[in-house]
Amino acid sequence: MDAETPRSIAIRFSGVTKQFGTVRAVDDLSLEIVDGEFFSMLGPSGSGKTTCLRMIAGFEQPTAGSITLHDKEMAGVPPYERDVNTVFQDYALFPHMTVEDNIGYGLMIRKAPKAERHKRVQEMLELVRLPDVGKRKPSQLSGGQRQRIALARALINHPAVLLLDEPLGALDLKLRQQMQVELKTIQREVGITFIFVTHDQEEALTMSDRIAVFNAGRIEQVGTPNEIYENPATPFVATFVGTSNVYAGEVALRLSGSEQPFAIRPEKLRLALPDDPTPPDSRSAPGIVHDVVYLGMNTRFLIDLDGGGEAIVIAQNIEHGAAVSAVRGSRVRVIWKQDSERRVQHD
Amino acid sequence: MTETGITLRAAPPASLWRSVLRFFYRHPNATLIALLALPLLWMVVIYFSSILQMVLVSFYTTDSLSGRIIPKFTLATYQQLLQPANLDIILRSVAMAAAVTIAAAIVGFPISYYIARYARGRTKVLFFLGVMMPLWSSYLVRVYAWKLILSNEGILNWVLAQLGLTGVLDAVLSIPSIGGASLSTSYIGMFVVFLYIWLPYMILPTQAALERVPKSYLEASADMGARPGMTFRKVILPLAFPGVVAGSIFTFSLTLGDYIIPGIIGNSAFFIGSAVYTFYGTAGTFPLAAAFTVVPMAIMGVYLLIARKLGAFDAL
Amino acid sequence: MRSDQPRASWPLKLAAFAVIAFLNFPVLVIFLYAFTTEEAAFTFPPPGLTTTWFGVLFQREDFWRALATSLQVAAIATLVAMALGTLLALALSRTKFFGKEMISLLVLLPIALPGIVTGIALRSSINQYGIPFSMWTIIIGHATFCVVTVYNNAVARLRRSSPSMNEASMDLGATALQTFRYIILPTMATALLAGGLLAFALSFDEIIVTNFTAGPQQQTLPIWIYNQLPRPRDRPVTNVAAIFTILITLPALLVAYRLTRGGDEQA
Repeated sequence: MDAETPRSIAIRFSGVTKQFGTVRAVDDLSLEIVDGEFFSMLGPSGSGKTTCLRMIAGFEQPTAGSITLHDKEMAGVPPYERDVNTVFQDYALFPHMTVEDNIGYGLMIRKAPKAERHKRVQEMLELVRLPDVGKRKPSQLSGGQRQRIALARALINHPAVLLLDEPLGALDLKLRQQMQVELKTIQREVGITFIFVTHDQEEALTMSDRIAVFNAGRIEQVGTPNEIYENPATPFVATFVGTSNVYAGEVALRLSGSEQPFAIRPEKLRLALPDDPTPPDSRSAPGIVHDVVYLGMNTRFLIDLDGGGEAIVIAQNIEHGAAVSAVRGSRVRVIWKQDSERRVQHD
Repeated sequence: MTETGITLRAAPPASLWRSVLRFFYRHPNATLIALLALPLLWMVVIYFSSILQMVLVSFYTTDSLSGRIIPKFTLATYQQLLQPANLDIILRSVAMAAAVTIAAAIVGFPISYYIARYARGRTKVLFFLGVMMPLWSSYLVRVYAWKLILSNEGILNWVLAQLGLTGVLDAVLSIPSIGGASLSTSYIGMFVVFLYIWLPYMILPTQAALERVPKSYLEASADMGARPGMTFRKVILPLAFPGVVAGSIFTFSLTLGDYIIPGIIGNSAFFIGSAVYTFYGTAGTFPLAAAFTVVPMAIMGVYLLIARKLGAFDAL
Repeated sequence: MRSDQPRASWPLKLAAFAVIAFLNFPVLVIFLYAFTTEEAAFTFPPPGLTTTWFGVLFQREDFWRALATSLQVAAIATLVAMALGTLLALALSRTKFFGKEMISLLVLLPIALPGIVTGIALRSSINQYGIPFSMWTIIIGHATFCVVTVYNNAVARLRRSSPSMNEASMDLGATALQTFRYIILPTMATALLAGGLLAFALSFDEIIVTNFTAGPQQQTLPIWIYNQLPRPRDRPVTNVAAIFTILITLPALLVAYRLTRGGDEQA
């Protein structure tokens, strides 16, 4: 995001609650999404992120609170009158129509002239890099191709906001990584606000300008990928986004001198011999190696700390130091810099 | 490009039509009511109210002089219904319906199983036609065809005579109460015709239920060491059962109320259908006819409740 | 693929073919006696074979009138059943509400209860309201028990199709009605057609309800056959008429079969 142009708010949630029977799927949620950003809603299934997306699209109505699109209240506005389009998890391509007719559906409904429709459909096919599949039926396309057609169909109306509901979930890993890059490129090309729902933290970190981490119908933290990863606000964020060692209470007091919970990333911990000195800006704790998992690029150690608590330590396999020679049962010392401790709120 | 996008999105004209559509968007229940109104009105006003009317009439009195119905509550008709002669009719019908249903389930299962599991391509189409063609060729003509087959000068007798087996037929016909002078005037003959006429209604849902048994279940069962007989009893039969129950709704109900077959084949003893038909046509006995229609309603009501418990509705 | 097809044991095969023979033997008898030279009795074997009965039927004006009535009744009843069945399927396929089961039971009732119950109930209602018996009273009766075949086919198709398709359509700017026209209707078209064809065949051969809802002027083909059968003369003519009805319904059934199969592959 470039800093010089001030951006307006595309989507604003104010105190939005959504109740399904006795289940509160979204709980008093407030959020602002800025024009032109790639915004991810990240959270486990059932955390309310998809419900939020469906409320923006107009498939669900909030039980309380308000949602605005460019400061226009959306309550009671049907999906077909909202300047918002969606890429569905199962793509929802119309099986009885050709790819061209699928993409051109929005324009056909708006009674755009045939010539313009044809031209725009072709532009869209080129945008998603599939210029030659227009005459085919969706059933004749691969999973990745269908995904792109669904994207093209949602973009042709040039909506103010594009909603993507776990669109990469059905693709295999290689294709998914390729599509992550392409989605990001396309988003920059068209300059539309993307709201991307995912449960995959790596995906969210890779693609997003900002991320909202959802848990149990609430937002735990909103921030840039860097902020979320480096400064998790809650134990939930610390463990859901990447891996963290989270300590509270007595263990926190022993390790850091304060009872306030703190989190620390496994890669910020270092293994040393039991008698190695602790540098002045660091802290350390002794323990026994409980488990060693070789992961190729790194090795993951599980350490039982003396006096209670566990630590996951990830060491890069660069050289053959003390860390790598540690085996199950060896005594070690875990060392970390004080400034890599992150204080988090209580659960 | 942004520009075109925005012009296309220009605020839609606020027409009456738009607000009607918006109203239905905001009130999903109104949409549901709008969709249901016409079909429900039809089914309730035309059909259900008529059925209810029959139940009411069965409690009404008739004027002894004019034979017209007077809406005055009485249980006399039901007293009449429970007289031995009428009870006989009911029991006879229920017994026949039960016999036909059980026979249809037994006879229909192997062929359904064969079609669902083994028949492919052309054989499958052939079997489909083989089951459907009799079902959709004229019911009346088929019943008459059976009269030709079963009567004394008919095909069956001729074949048996050629084979020198006339004695066997005579032995069968001499069985008391279900036998008779000829097959076409005996309960055995009537049973065969009922079975023949309603058998496709058993085969189709059974076959459909069997077709929904995923092959992987059978493989899983075999995987866990079940022998074919065991797989059949423990996996296939329970999964096919709702289909059989769905089929039995038809075979039972259709036999229970039929008045045409008992009129053509058999010894002209009354069945529920023929009783309803006759009492409805006779002056002054309309309430009795109505009470007779309540019998299959009650039986089928209970039957449907049980069938629903057994999961047959999903198999229809 | 072919080679790992399981093979049926011979007793099972035998049983299956025996049932098919049992079901179709009377149809063969009907065919045979359409050609017999006897006009009042059917002895076996027939004394001789002739095709004269086809000519006789061809000149029977009452047969053609009955056939026309039957076709008209079946066509209109089917259309009504298709409209009602479609509305019901749209309402019930994806919603859950109190009384939903009651509604599907109500739709099923006209074919789950014996025809004579429906027939007499409708007749006494029609009498009570003083409506004259006509072709339209037959149509009302037929449409009532045909709704369920259309409904069952349509609802099965709707449940198999992806629910997000309708949302996608609305999302792209289509109103509920446009979505129905461009998305839902094409999705259910073949299922509706299959249900409609079954309804048509059901109506075309119905006799019991028809008997009670028809006026004295209206003869459908089954009623014509019913009146024709006990007559001592020209009996083989009814067999010719029966062959005729088979020739009309068979293609409809084949098409319905293909349509539902096709839908399975699509889903």
